[in-house]
Order: sequence, then C-alpha cells, then structure tokens
Amino acid sequence: MGRYVVRRLLQMIPVFIGATLLIFLMVNVMGDPIAGLCGERECDPATAARLEQEFGLDKPVWQQYLTYMGNLFTGDFGTAFNGQEVTELMATAFPVTIRLTLIAILFEIVIGVALGVVTGLRRGRPVDTGVLLLTLVVISVPTFVTGLLLQLLLGVKWGWIRPSVSSEAPFDELILPGLVLASVSLAYVTRLTRTSIAENRRSDYVRTAIAKGLPRRRVVVRHLLRNSLIPVVTFIGADIGFLMGGAIVTERIFNIHGVGYQLYQGILRQNTQTVVGFVTVLVLVFLVANLVVDLLYAVLDPRIRYV
Amino acid sequence: MSDRHEEPEAAIAGTSMGGAMDLGVDEAETLEKTPAGPDGAGPEDRPRSLWSDAWRDLRRNPVFIVSALVILFLVFISLWPSAITSGSPLKCDLSKAQEGSQPGHPFGFDGQGCDVYTRTVYGARTSVAVGVLATLGVAVLGSVLGALAGFFGGLSDSVLSRITDVFFAIPVVLGGLVLLSVITSNTVWPVIGFIVLLGWPQISRIARGAVITAKHNDYVQAARALGASNSRLLLRHIAPNAVAPVIVVATIALGTYIALEATLSYLGVGLKPPSVSWGIDISSASPYIRNAPHALLWPSGALAITVLAFIMLGDAVRDALDPKLR
Amino acid sequence: MRTTTHARWAVCAMALALATAGCGGGGDSGDSEAVLSASWGDPQNPLEPSNTNEVQGGKVLDMIFRGLKRYDPETGEAKDMLAESIETDDSQNFTITVKDGWTFSNGEKVTAQSFVDAWNYGASLRNNQRNAYFFGYIEGYDQVHPEEGEQTADTMSGLKVTGDRTFTVKLTQKFSTFPDTLGYAAFAPLPRAFFDDHDAWVKKPVGNGPYLVDSYTRGSQMALRKWDDYPGDDKAENGGVDLKVYTDNNTAYTDLLAGNLDLVDDVPAAQLKNVKNDLGDRYLNTPAGIIQTLAFPFYDPAWNTEDAKKVRQGLSMAIDRKQITDTIFQKTRTPATDWTSPVLGEDGGFQDGLCGEFCEFKPDEAKKLIDEAGGLPGGKVTITFNADTGSHREWVNAVCNSINNALDNERACTANPVGTFADFRNQITDRKMTGPFRAGWQMDYPLIQNFLQPLYYTNASSNDGKWSNQEFDDLVNRANQETDTAKAVDVFQQAEEVVRDNMAAIPLWYQNGSAGWSDRLSNVKLNPFSVPVYNEIKVS
Repeated sequence: MGRYVVRRLLQMIPVFIGATLLIFLMVNVMGDPIAGLCGERECDPATAARLEQEFGLDKPVWQQYLTYMGNLFTGDFGTAFNGQEVTELMATAFPVTIRLTLIAILFEIVIGVALGVVTGLRRGRPVDTGVLLLTLVVISVPTFVTGLLLQLLLGVKWGWIRPSVSSEAPFDELILPGLVLASVSLAYVTRLTRTSIAENRRSDYVRTAIAKGLPRRRVVVRHLLRNSLIPVVTFIGADIGFLMGGAIVTERIFNIHGVGYQLYQGILRQNTQTVVGFVTVLVLVFLVANLVVDLLYAVLDPRIRYV
Repeated sequence: MSDRHEEPEAAIAGTSMGGAMDLGVDEAETLEKTPAGPDGAGPEDRPRSLWSDAWRDLRRNPVFIVSALVILFLVFISLWPSAITSGSPLKCDLSKAQEGSQPGHPFGFDGQGCDVYTRTVYGARTSVAVGVLATLGVAVLGSVLGALAGFFGGLSDSVLSRITDVFFAIPVVLGGLVLLSVITSNTVWPVIGFIVLLGWPQISRIARGAVITAKHNDYVQAARALGASNSRLLLRHIAPNAVAPVIVVATIALGTYIALEATLSYLGVGLKPPSVSWGIDISSASPYIRNAPHALLWPSGALAITVLAFIMLGDAVRDALDPKLR
Repeated sequence: MRTTTHARWAVCAMALALATAGCGGGGDSGDSEAVLSASWGDPQNPLEPSNTNEVQGGKVLDMIFRGLKRYDPETGEAKDMLAESIETDDSQNFTITVKDGWTFSNGEKVTAQSFVDAWNYGASLRNNQRNAYFFGYIEGYDQVHPEEGEQTADTMSGLKVTGDRTFTVKLTQKFSTFPDTLGYAAFAPLPRAFFDDHDAWVKKPVGNGPYLVDSYTRGSQMALRKWDDYPGDDKAENGGVDLKVYTDNNTAYTDLLAGNLDLVDDVPAAQLKNVKNDLGDRYLNTPAGIIQTLAFPFYDPAWNTEDAKKVRQGLSMAIDRKQITDTIFQKTRTPATDWTSPVLGEDGGFQDGLCGEFCEFKPDEAKKLIDEAGGLPGGKVTITFNADTGSHREWVNAVCNSINNALDNERACTANPVGTFADFRNQITDRKMTGPFRAGWQMDYPLIQNFLQPLYYTNASSNDGKWSNQEFDDLVNRANQETDTAKAVDVFQQAEEVVRDNMAAIPLWYQNGSAGWSDRLSNVKLNPFSVPVYNEIKVS
C-alpha cells in the first residue's frame, strides 16, 4: 500500500511535465496574443516588440518553456497581461472555487446517491419516473437558463438569496451556485447509483443478508450501497477537476471570480502564464483525486489490493 | 459474490457495447451478429442462448419498442427533413422576431425571425449525428482503453491511466480553440473527432473501475484457474459485468455532447454558419428566456426526447443482458 | 414569463430598494455623504493614464484625474479644466499655462512639470504604454519611441517647462485641434509618487480628480471616496462610489433588480425589452461616440475595383438598418447616415444623411447594383467577427439575413466567427481577410478628426481595411492645418465625402450608451463616451 502510493506520487512527475508542455504548446499554437492588447487598432511595431520581449514571446518556444519551468520551481508563476502576478490571481481564485466545488460535490454525494438508491430500489415506480424527467430537464436545458431562472426566482422575486456572490464568497452564498454547478453531474451520479443498486439488489449476498434477517436499512447501506459505489466514486473523482476548471457558466451567472473565469479569460487572451499556471494546479488536483479514488476502491471492495 | 458465472457468459466485446447504443435501427442485426463476430468469443456449446434470450426480452419490452420507434423517427427526419417541413431553416424575417405560434408556424419564430419548427426539424441531422457518433466513439475508445488498464493493471495501467490524466487536463475551450480553429471543413466530423478526443478519459475511468471490481469476482478467478485466455476472460466474463456503468454514462453524455457542439460553435470553432443544430438554437435562445421561452422550449424538448429515447434504450438493453433480472 | 411577471419583479425590486433606502423622500435632496455602488469591468491593463485604452479603466481615470481640458458631459465640448490658457500663433507651437491652486489628493502641487513628466513617461518606449502614439505629434517622439531599435532620448525635445506653471509644446506639423485632444486621459498629469514608487501607485492610484481611491482589490472591487479638498468646481455630489467587478452585465442587471446595486451602465441586450417594466423611467438611453461599420480588405484585388465599389454600395443598401436596430438592439442604436457620430453635433462635423441613398434600405436597387457589378466576388460574402467579446453574433446574423433576403439567395452572406479577439486582430494586421469584417470605433475625443484620420488615412493605426486615397489624405492634411475650427470641420467633411463616394466602409449604426439605476439615485447622466457622470449623481 505504502509503496503503491509512493509509486503513484512518482508517476505524477512525468504527467506533470507532459501536461504543462502540452498546454504550453497549445497556447502558443493559438498565435500572437499581442495584437489583442491594443484594442481596435494596430499596435505600433516598437511597442509590440517591447511587449513581446517583456512577456518573453520573442524567444523560441522550447526556451520559453524551460524558462517558465525554471521559474515555476522558484515559485514564480509569471505575470498576467494586466500586470497582476499569476500567484496573486490564484490566491484569490482557488479558495473560492474550492468552496464552490466542495458544495457541488456534497450535493452530488448526498442528493445524487440518495436519489439513486431510492430510484434503484423502486424501479419503474412514479418516483423513478419523476427523477428521470428531472434528469432530462437538467441535461437538455442549458445550465445558463436554469441558473438564470433560479437566480431571478430566488434572488429577485422571492428575495431569499443574493443574486450575485460577494467577493468574499462565503459558503452560504455559494449554495445555489453549487447546486447549479452540480446539476448535470447529479444526473450522472443518480443514474449510476440507480443502475448499480438495481443490479446488485438481486445478488446472492443481498439475498443472504435479507435471509439472515438483517434490518432493511443495514442491508441497503452496508451491503448494497457499499458494493454499488465504485462507479459512482470513479465518476465523482474524475468530476472534481471538471467542476474546478469548467465552472465558466456558473461563475459568470453568479459573478464568482474563480478558477473557471480566470482560466477562460486567460485562454481567450492567450496568456500562457495564466493558463499554464492554473492548469498546472488543476493537473495536480486531478492526480491526487485519482489516487484517492483508487485507494477508495480497496476500501469499498476488500478483494482489491494494491501492492 | 455474484451468481453470474452460472449463466452462459454474455459475449459483449468492447465494440458491441457501442453497438448496443447504436441508432437502434439495426439493433436486431447488431445483437445477433456479434457472437459470430471476428473476436472469436462466440459461444460454442449453446449458440445464441444469451443473445436470443436478450433479443426475446427486448422484443417484448414496451420500453424498448417505444424508444426504438422514437430513434427510428429521429433518423428518418435527419435524413429527410423536407418530408415533414415545407420551409427553409435559413429563411428568416426579422420583422417576425420572437413572435409566438401562428398558422403555418406552429412553434413560432426565434430572435432572428426564423421559423422554429423548421429549424428544429432541420437541426436533428447535425445534433443526432454529433450525439450518436461522438458517444459511440467515446464509448468504444474509452471502454477499450479503460478495460485494458483495469484488467492488466501494473505497468499498462500506469501508462494508460497517466495518459488519461494528461488528456483530462486539457480545458475544453483551449482544446477547441487550438485544435478546431485550424480546420476549415464545415462538416460534423471535426467536431465529433474533437469530442471523442477529449471525452474518452471519462468513460475510460469508469470502465477501468468497473473492470477492476469485476475481475476479482469468484467466477473470473475460477475461469482463470481453468486456463481461460486473457481475451476470453475479458470479453466473456468481465465485460458483461462491467458494461452497465458505461451504458449509463454514455447515454447521458449523448445529451451533453449535443450541447457541447453548441458551445464550440459559439466559440467560433464548431460548425460554421449557416449550419443548423439544436445546440446552436438553444444557445441563441437562452438569453431571451424571459421574452421568448418558446424559442428555447422546442429545440430543448427535441433534445430531451432524444436523450430520453437513448436512456431508455440503454436501460432496456442492460436489463435484457442481466441474467439476474430474468 | 408574461408581462405580469415582469411587473411583479419590478415591484419587488422597487420595494426592496425602497426598504434599503428607508423609503427616503424625493430625488433631489441628495445626501452628499451617501455612497453608491456601480457595475464595473476588470480593466485590461494597469491603471496608468497612458496605458488605458478601454472604457472600464477609463471610468476610473475620469473620476480620479482632471486634465488640461475636460469634455463637457452633455455637449462634449472641450472646456478648460486645469488649463488657464493654451496659446498658439501657428497651430504648431503651443504655450500652456496651468491654473494655480490645484493639487493632487496627496497634497502635491500640480505644476507644468507634472504634465511634462507624465507625457514623457507615456511616450517613452521603455514603459510599454499602449497609448504612446497619442504623443506622436510632439517633436522628439521618434527619438523616445523609434519604430525600431533602442530609444535615443528619454524626453521629447518638443516639451519645455518654462515656469512653475507654464510649458511649451512644439509639434512636428500644424495641428489646429491639438488643444481639444488634451481632454483625453493619456494627457493627465502625474504626481511624483507615480515615479518614485510605481508599484505602490498602481496598487492604489493617486490623482487630482474629485474622487480618491480608498481601497482597490484587483479583480473584484474599487472603493472611491469623495475628495473633500478637491479644488475644482465639479465636486462630487455624493459620498463616493463603490465599483464592483461583474463578469457578466446580466448579473449586474439582476443585482440592480434585487436592490444590491445602484447603477448599471450597460444594460444587457437580452433585457432591453424588459427595461421599461423592470425599471420604469430609471433608465437612460443616449447617443455615445461609437460607430459600427463593416470594413473591407482593400489589399484583396477582388475588393479594390470599380465594380467592387458598386458591390459595397449594393451591400449597404441591402441592410435594413432600421429593422435591425429596432429588433436586435431595441432602439439602443441608431441607423447611421454618415461616418461620424451625432455626439459631435452639427457644428462639430456630424452631418445627418451625408451617406444619402446608399445607407437607405432599398433591396431591389441593391440587387440591381450588385448584379450590374457582376455579382458578389466569388458569388458570396462572409462577414468576419470575433466571437469572444461583445455580442456581435446576433447583428452579424441579422445583417446576413437582410442581405440574403434582398439578394434572394439564402447562402449569399454567411457569418464567420473567429474564436478570440487577438486572433481576429492578427487576421486583420496580417491582411488575411477575404470579405467584409466587423469594425467599430469608439472616439478618443469628440472631434470629427478622430472619426476619420485614424480609420481612413493611409496606413493609419486603425485603418483595418488598408484603404488608401490620395484625395482623402490631402484633405485631412489641409484640415489639420486650418487654424479656424469651422473651416477645419468643413474640410474634414469634404474628406468624409470622399469616404462616401468610395464606400470605404459601410456605416451601420451609431451606438448609444445605456444605464439603469435604483431609486436611491437621481441626476444620472452618461457622457458622450457612454461613461456615467459619477460626480453629478445624487444619492438619497
């Protein structure tokens, strides 16, 4: 187990280098970002050259990458085009996004798994059909619309919440955005849990457990659910990264200045430093989340062992 | 742990998983032909048993019949949209913008004054093609790579999983702007290819997890002890037990891929105008939800029905393949 | 989603707003200590005056700086602010005297040196200032900002401090309206603190305007407070302004409805239809100095022929400007009939109807004209625009539909989105356009010169289509040398007629500024740059 974790941690190094190189090249392929900095007019050549020099864009790509990686190890993530340190951007964006992601994940686990268990045990009943219809709504109506409508209803019409999130972004203001962010993933988690539960409830060990006279609750939670969670855990583990980096729409609607927004802006403005910096951190999150998921496999299914 | 080893093993190759989610037109053929397929995993002793059982189940299952009919209808209007419309989706009159339903225009008009009914019908071709083909590609690529990683473990798992990690790290917006902006072709293929390229890691993870669980089952150990080859173990013993989560994720992903096409088009790198698709219409109607909800409702409704049909089909196929439910 | 619902939202918003304002009385009795909150966008560049080339940064500079001139918030006329006098005999050598008694908010006196240092800083190549070219007319600019290579001087030889409050400016050529350009933010004075501790200054700018920066959190909020000792007569009539960064103007609008925000200066297009219901008369829609055009790639031989001119005129006549501005923009834009802007006024050079019948919607004649010219080059046109900023997609689609309907061909015109603004600009500068493309112009200062020279003069910085016409260039040169303003405007208009006769760009519409506010506020106005006149807003 310990050796396995060490091995996995070591594997992060090549992935880290590969991913940053890939992203670095991709942003570079997009072309010259300087033209976008001068508004609706041509940058004068002298200023453009100066700016290129300042952002290190006048050097060959491999040299830019090496310089960047070198700086990275000294903790210097570079500067955004507006003169702000990327580390400063990260320091404001990541805490907010982490809170938002936590809430979304919590919704996925609590509501998603609960609905999945209920529908899995009551397949074909009205509750199952109702949840299926909700799933369809969530998939076919864009997050933008659901977010906007909820914001107008709860924020303006009923006045239960603030329509936008303040810059401190405390947990309570992030509940609705978290729900909106989690909505599509909720559909996945619910359906995954439902299918697993439905598949496993006829298996021998459940029959045995029921035959032993165990209380229904214990059978469902200890035997049925535990054995049905592997696909769900896999999905949620992979989802963390998406939720953190891809909350562009949700962050826009609720005016949250988080990772999704910064990353999106960085990409549109072709700011290598911002994009690579943020993606680098996200890659680390992915890697850790995947490791945790793999370790959870062994917890959920004792037959799985790591050596 | 499971009693499936008593049953004749289902022979679902990685490829036929995709087949099960195909348009449904050739459902019968796909399902019946696969056992005799080139993978050599067809049941020798009792031919057709699981598949004919499954097919018998499916034929009697009203859910399957309804969803297959819906999918057939979608395919039909994708191929011949003019069969049920007379207008052109590109004929727009701005003076009618956002007007509601009126004679000859049952769904009303969108923000540009185009007929919503005509556009919804014509949008089916792009959206169904993107949804189905991208899902198919993602499911095939993802489940093959995921299954291999999960089954063999060790070095191959490490290599495959870490490649998955790298792909996971690419933000969709960045990938789209970089990979799609260089392509000038105005067909759905680049978009489908792009979705497959960035979508497979998700299915791959799910398939890997499912295979890791399934390979520890007693009957797999028993088959291994009896000297079954790796391919036989993977295809006949493990795959049938691991396919359910893949079907679930793939059927939901189908809907999100149709929406993703719109996102890409909005970034200016997906389908170029004057392409018509549900996703594009949904995106352009979204900001006007307060004034013209009908322009959003119809393409969203069409998308919902499509997703519903495939979810139900996936459910029915999964049930038919699960011996415990028999 | 019907009207009744809107009304209820509106009532609710009003109730909330009333509640927060304690149901305070009428508008005019403003509380000069009350602070209002307003929507803002994150400025793209550091907030240095000569580095800010977009509206959001411009808003702040307008509150914390006062230059030699200031454009009247209503008429746009350039009036003396810090300038006691600007004298010239030959439109090339200017003597500027700064008023006495002005200080920066940190107590430092505003002197002639404050201006000269600021301008030299802005022009110097090593400071990477985006607006450096504004100083391009001053003698010695090419030494501090050479086209290529290292700069050979730190200061411009054309600027000389001659006294505590006087300095002289020598230009490289005659430029009669030069004093009127001095209201632009790039010409603002800078305190010593800017040069001594630049990082600290950028984190918390210090200026000489009616407001001072109380706190600034990059990317989320800036709190500006009234500067009590402000020496000017345009003192702030409120206690201050909290600028809040919104990444989407729709959220800002929703916050306004919910009573969390007092002022939105950019009502989202999708909500324009609801504004009357939501806000009643707390909404403003006034002309701003912005014009939207379609530019053409004149470097492409297909577009640089006599026939192509007819095609451009035909395309212009195929666009139903009124229908599009009414429907897509809900009358927040006005069909263009010349190449300038109504905010200039008749005296300033705006001439309603200069474009004539070529800017009127005449589908049949449009088709005839294009057919005569041998059809569209290559049989179709694509209108290129960038998809990431502004909502250009809708009007481009509408323009294309209009052209298609006029030409009776569903595929004559198609929209061609480009992913990022940078990529769009690169395609323009690399001369890769093959058909018409989006061009927009927001004036730097309200002069007809600013609407013509940067856009159509040979090789000018915003001449995106690379249009070049000797007659036009000569007229502009003549106009710049004209000492009499009225005569200069007249010559500029002759130049504009050359633009018309060649249809160098298709004028589409003049853009308005729009604003909505809570009922705590009164006396809300937008200046010709579509920026709210914050210091005149009264809060109750």
